Amino acid sequence: MTTALNTLFITAEGTRLNKEGECVVVTIQEEKKAEVPLRHLRSVVCLARAWLTPELMESCVEAGIHVSFFGMTGRFLARVEGLPGGNVLLRRQQFRAADDPGVTLRLARAIVVGKVANARQFLQHARRDAAEEARLPLEEASRRLSEHLRALERAEELDPVRGLEGIAARDYFEAFPALLKGDARRFSFDGRNRRPPRDPLNALLSFGYALLAQDCAGALAGVGLDPAVGFLHEDRPGRLSLALDLMEELRSPVVDRLVLSLVNRAQLKPEDFKTEAAGAVLLKDDARKTFLVAYQNAKQGSVQHPFLGQQTTWGLVPHLQALLLARTLRGELDGYPPFTVR
Amino acid sequence: MSGEQWVSLSALQHLLYCERQAALIHVEQLWREDVNTASGRLLHERVDLPGHDARPGRRVERAVRLGSERLRISGRADLVEYHPDATCPTGWRPFPVEVKRARRKSSEADRVQLCAQALCLEEMLGVEVPEGALYFGAQHRRQAVTFDSALRARTEEAIARMHGLLAQRRVPLVPRAPKCEACSLEPLCLPHVTAGQRRVSDYLRQLVEQEAGDRAGMSGARGDPGDP
Repeated sequence: MTTALNTLFITAEGTRLNKEGECVVVTIQEEKKAEVPLRHLRSVVCLARAWLTPELMESCVEAGIHVSFFGMTGRFLARVEGLPGGNVLLRRQQFRAADDPGVTLRLARAIVVGKVANARQFLQHARRDAAEEARLPLEEASRRLSEHLRALERAEELDPVRGLEGIAARDYFEAFPALLKGDARRFSFDGRNRRPPRDPLNALLSFGYALLAQDCAGALAGVGLDPAVGFLHEDRPGRLSLALDLMEELRSPVVDRLVLSLVNRAQLKPEDFKTEAAGAVLLKDDARKTFLVAYQNAKQGSVQHPFLGQQTTWGLVPHLQALLLARTLRGELDGYPPFTVR
Repeated sequence: MSGEQWVSLSALQHLLYCERQAALIHVEQLWREDVNTASGRLLHERVDLPGHDARPGRRVERAVRLGSERLRISGRADLVEYHPDATCPTGWRPFPVEVKRARRKSSEADRVQLCAQALCLEEMLGVEVPEGALYFGAQHRRQAVTFDSALRARTEEAIARMHGLLAQRRVPLVPRAPKCEACSLEPLCLPHVTAGQRRVSDYLRQLVEQEAGDRAGMSGARGDPGDP
């Protein structure tokens, strides 16, 4: 499998990308800024208005490198990719599974179990070096998540699974402010909000989830699954529902962990954000770069895969999970094993 | 068998290595870009390989497109030499040469692949192709291969088996074997967890037990050293 799964992020307006030999050359205002071999790339993410030559676009499509475009707030706009990989038979299998209430229930439940278990694990881990006064809310939230896991085990319908997922997310985010330390307590957080995010922490979470969703969509497309046809998330035009499904179990260990470490280490401060007149909160340019660099670095970190029993990197986890999901849909596994942190 | 279904020459090698590998590549079409880049790289190496240029009196064609309607098989040969031979209607006898990179001993798979090329050449040119060769780039060595009736039978059997796999559109499960270690598709095949070798239901149950097992206390199921 690919070992280098690097993403090239474009953050400066008017960046020009073209192909020289087997490399992508990045030019900003007539000045050559970087040169990256195509074979080291998995995706190109344009977070500012960039200019790609048709020749480069062609090479990316042929090499299976996804090019995606985001608006300034991190809102996903478009994605360029070639013919879907894999096999039409697998996609049919996926569609049939999505139409089968029994299969959908089992997959959705496994996904939510993974998500809640990881959320709980995250709170438990944070509790260990939390301040005295922060322990109680973390313990309380952690206890509730345990109860939701038990209830999930008993859920025999899709609606209760979705309901429990929502309740668990609310309980988890209620405890979120208790995770802030030192100067980071200046960040205010009153639950999760988005579209648009109305405080800096929500802006960071939304930005991180948007990046992770793209990584998950790329991983799914890479194994030949349709990122738009999900199980936990219903089909909705323009939504990458399966990518959102795949992302659930990775939200807290990948994005939330990163967000908290950045604010708790004061690498990002309240001053790194700007608020629009209507109340939407955005990251300033430097803050976005700080976040992107940290996100890329986090992907290099190694982790043990609990089901496969092998050492891997965080960057490869979405790919392995997409593969396990494809194997599940093909009937080679008796269910979907979510990625869990131990 | 569907009339539109063709087997690629390269699939035979995959098939003889591992049925599951052949199906992953040719039924699931997994790892498309990787296979393509790999074949591109190989082709490049072949072009630069010294030592197998035409000897005096021989013609050489590279990357020759081959196919057989009868066997519904097609692909490319690395190299076909044409040796002068007065007994051939055209005056030239085709002699397929398959280039192998490493210093690997010739395997059954190599001989079958070469024989399939010979079967294509016989049908396309209407001449007998009794012999060909495997060329080992690393050692600059040739090994002659005679297309006897036993090899021809094994080759036709392999082609039929590959047609069967494609027709069933199924990826067979095979037990993990020592050769899995060397297989480039191992990370996608996951032989150690598929085929019922690891149960997801047990994994999920354990997970819930672990995370929700101790609802009352907060000591955590894992008993972290830092916990009170």
